[in-house]
Amino acid sequence: MTTAPESPLVLRMTGVTKTFGATRALDDVSFELRRGEVRALLGENGAGKSTMMKVLSGALAPDSGTMEIEGCPYAPSGPIDGFRAGLSIVYQELTLAPHMTVEENIMLGREAHAAGWLDRRSMKRKVREALEFVRHPEISAEVPIKKLSVGARQIVEIARALMNRSRILVLDEPTSSLSLEDSLRLFEIVRKLRDQGVAVIYISHFLEEVQKVADSYTVLRDGRNVGSGPMAGTGLEDLIQLMVGRKVDRMFPRVEHGIGETVLDLRELRGTRMAAHVSLTLSRGEILGIAGLIGSGRTELLRSVFGLDGIEGGCLVVSGVETGGGRPWARIDQGFGFLSEDRQGEGLALRMSVADNLALSDFSPYVRAGLLRTGRQRRAVEGWIDKMNIRTAGPDRKVLSLSGGNQQKVALARLLHQQASILLLDEPTRGIDVVSKAQVYEWIGELAREGRAVLFVSSYLPELLGVCDRIAVFHRGVLVDSRPAAEWDEHSLMSAAAVGRVPDGRDAFDKERTAE
Amino acid sequence: MTKPRRDRFRKALGVLGPFAGLVLVIAIFSLIPEIQARFLRVANFTSVATQSVIVALGALGMTLVIISGGIDLSAASNIALSSVIAAYAINAGAPPLAAVVLGVLTGAAVGLANGALITRLRLIPFIVTLGMMGIARGAAKWIAGNQKIDAPMTWVNELMARSPRPSWLLVAPGVWGVILLAVLMAVVLRRTVFGRHVFAVGSNESTARLCGIRTGRVKVLIYVTGGLFCGLAGVMEFSRLTVGDPTVAIGLELDIIAAVVIGGGSLSGGEGSILGTMIGVMIMSFLRNGCTMMGWPNYIQEIIIGAIIVVAVTLDRMRHRQE
Repeated sequence: MTTAPESPLVLRMTGVTKTFGATRALDDVSFELRRGEVRALLGENGAGKSTMMKVLSGALAPDSGTMEIEGCPYAPSGPIDGFRAGLSIVYQELTLAPHMTVEENIMLGREAHAAGWLDRRSMKRKVREALEFVRHPEISAEVPIKKLSVGARQIVEIARALMNRSRILVLDEPTSSLSLEDSLRLFEIVRKLRDQGVAVIYISHFLEEVQKVADSYTVLRDGRNVGSGPMAGTGLEDLIQLMVGRKVDRMFPRVEHGIGETVLDLRELRGTRMAAHVSLTLSRGEILGIAGLIGSGRTELLRSVFGLDGIEGGCLVVSGVETGGGRPWARIDQGFGFLSEDRQGEGLALRMSVADNLALSDFSPYVRAGLLRTGRQRRAVEGWIDKMNIRTAGPDRKVLSLSGGNQQKVALARLLHQQASILLLDEPTRGIDVVSKAQVYEWIGELAREGRAVLFVSSYLPELLGVCDRIAVFHRGVLVDSRPAAEWDEHSLMSAAAVGRVPDGRDAFDKERTAE
Repeated sequence: MTKPRRDRFRKALGVLGPFAGLVLVIAIFSLIPEIQARFLRVANFTSVATQSVIVALGALGMTLVIISGGIDLSAASNIALSSVIAAYAINAGAPPLAAVVLGVLTGAAVGLANGALITRLRLIPFIVTLGMMGIARGAAKWIAGNQKIDAPMTWVNELMARSPRPSWLLVAPGVWGVILLAVLMAVVLRRTVFGRHVFAVGSNESTARLCGIRTGRVKVLIYVTGGLFCGLAGVMEFSRLTVGDPTVAIGLELDIIAAVVIGGGSLSGGEGSILGTMIGVMIMSFLRNGCTMMGWPNYIQEIIIGAIIVVAVTLDRMRHRQE
């Protein structure tokens, strides 16, 4: 690779720490980046990558630690300081104005003008140059962004980032919305920038892609820098080892449960937002884990099953009865319950009370002669608050006033309250504290013991391994494999999720290890 | 202030805010010597109540619509259309009761059209009801042949009579109707599953859908109810005017919306109450009444009501921000 170790340092972060309440999002992280280097920043979800980029951009102030850009102390008080220091970040979610043209977007905030009058000609020239540089001269400067494909938008976003004459370019999951061909073009652009001396931080979950494009890597785990080195000579296995190297602790109370007959059988099911057909079965008393990276199609599967998305092909067999599409209300009648991964946006009505959120899917126990018996509802909800250990001043409080973990308990309690027998849980432990997590695991075990069936989607591999009977893995919309949990370990799960296949020859080894 | 005390203060502001506003408005006019005597007369209060009937009926339906996160800009046009239909029916020799029912059903039909367009075509309520505002107004003018429809006097015209018969009613039957319907709607909103679903749809439609609420059906029902109340308001308008006038109530939808908002309804949905809305209606009526007695020109009333809307919403925002 072209980077010589002696090329000058562009960025140095030393001992950066950032805490949110009790969580150490970044713990004494040091990081270096040289001119003309493409450094991959790796780590599982929640490892601290985005916090680190927010600190770098100036969006978050670190609790302690220092940063230098080209030898000068760098202590940004906001993103504008990062921008001025030559830092550009292309975020995963696009930040373009959809109704404005390519040219207007690229020049946004740095319009060429004379006394306030736009200098159209010079702007047009600059935009043309920028698009030629990113090897997409065919993109017209005149079209509105909303008419472009997602891939082309990503290219425009990058072109805009480069207008800043950046010294440091951060690409956050740049290929998650790109086709293979566009990804390859992006790699070319990244190499060209590197050759021009731009330093690139490249964040991606797709390890094979990272190996192609990056010169070096840094792995974060639980907010700590756990390893850095040159990419050459580093295998996928090594990277995965670094990413998941945490020791699995005993926070998974094992609840004994027996597995009964099949209650849900997906036959070649394909939802409107799913990339491929999926066949899976789920039995009474079974906890089926679904692993995969964000965007790999896990959530889309759950939404199709629950009827929030439409169904394009295949069918579901629920307790032996074949059904096609169904709306959520019909699914609830069939015994389904769905926990959304977006607790605040979708899962809960934040401005409604705990009592109403909890009973929202089934008011029937409290209705007599068409009237709601609110006293009864309150008393029942008070019972659930006790049972689920929800910390709130009372059932009339708005859900908004609860902490994340307690909000999640309300959302879960709703499924128990409606007596769902097939539970679809999408990231049930996201963003909640460790104690609440352990409680959630125990409840899931209890549910299985009562003979209910649980589909458990999670990005956190240890909890899947600790709680589930069987685990299925998705990679880019395709179901890679489904096996008993004992036949998986973090390595094989991670490589199935990040690469799309289970490494050869490891299976026997894995089994041995789990057996001991 | 300590935290729980501030909590209580804020809660009190939410419940009592509009009520305090109403008391303030009445107190101010009662203290002005020039009009004090006239303003405080019982006859004046009953006349304010009668004048409030049409906006109040419209606002009862609008409260549901606004709590669900929607809006109904066609309310006033719908009132005009319903009043024209009622007049047309009586004029054509229909029994008065049939005319009343027909007027109310017309309103409900317009509401049904609104609800169906919003849910089937997935258009936003603002656009659909803006369109319906023109359609209903145009239809009213068309049916009335672009002029007032004269209708023979019937008992319908006594619904809004200033001096009711029998006299033990004290206020016009229309006022009693509003009071009964307000109680009914408050019970529906607070004590029925449908009411909870209205709040849920307005608070977070995704959550509602996820909880198995048939959001489309709920919304259609909401707009039908809204239309039904406009139909009733239309009948009252006809009762008051004794003619079917297709150009009546222009711009009244804004008064109706303002009443709901002053009463604590949030245009982003999930909040509002019938009691608040009724207080909002009365604040506006007493302001109009007092200003007229003072001999202040119309534009002063407009400025005052405009300012009140902004103040009411600002207070409401402040209460929310601190939560």
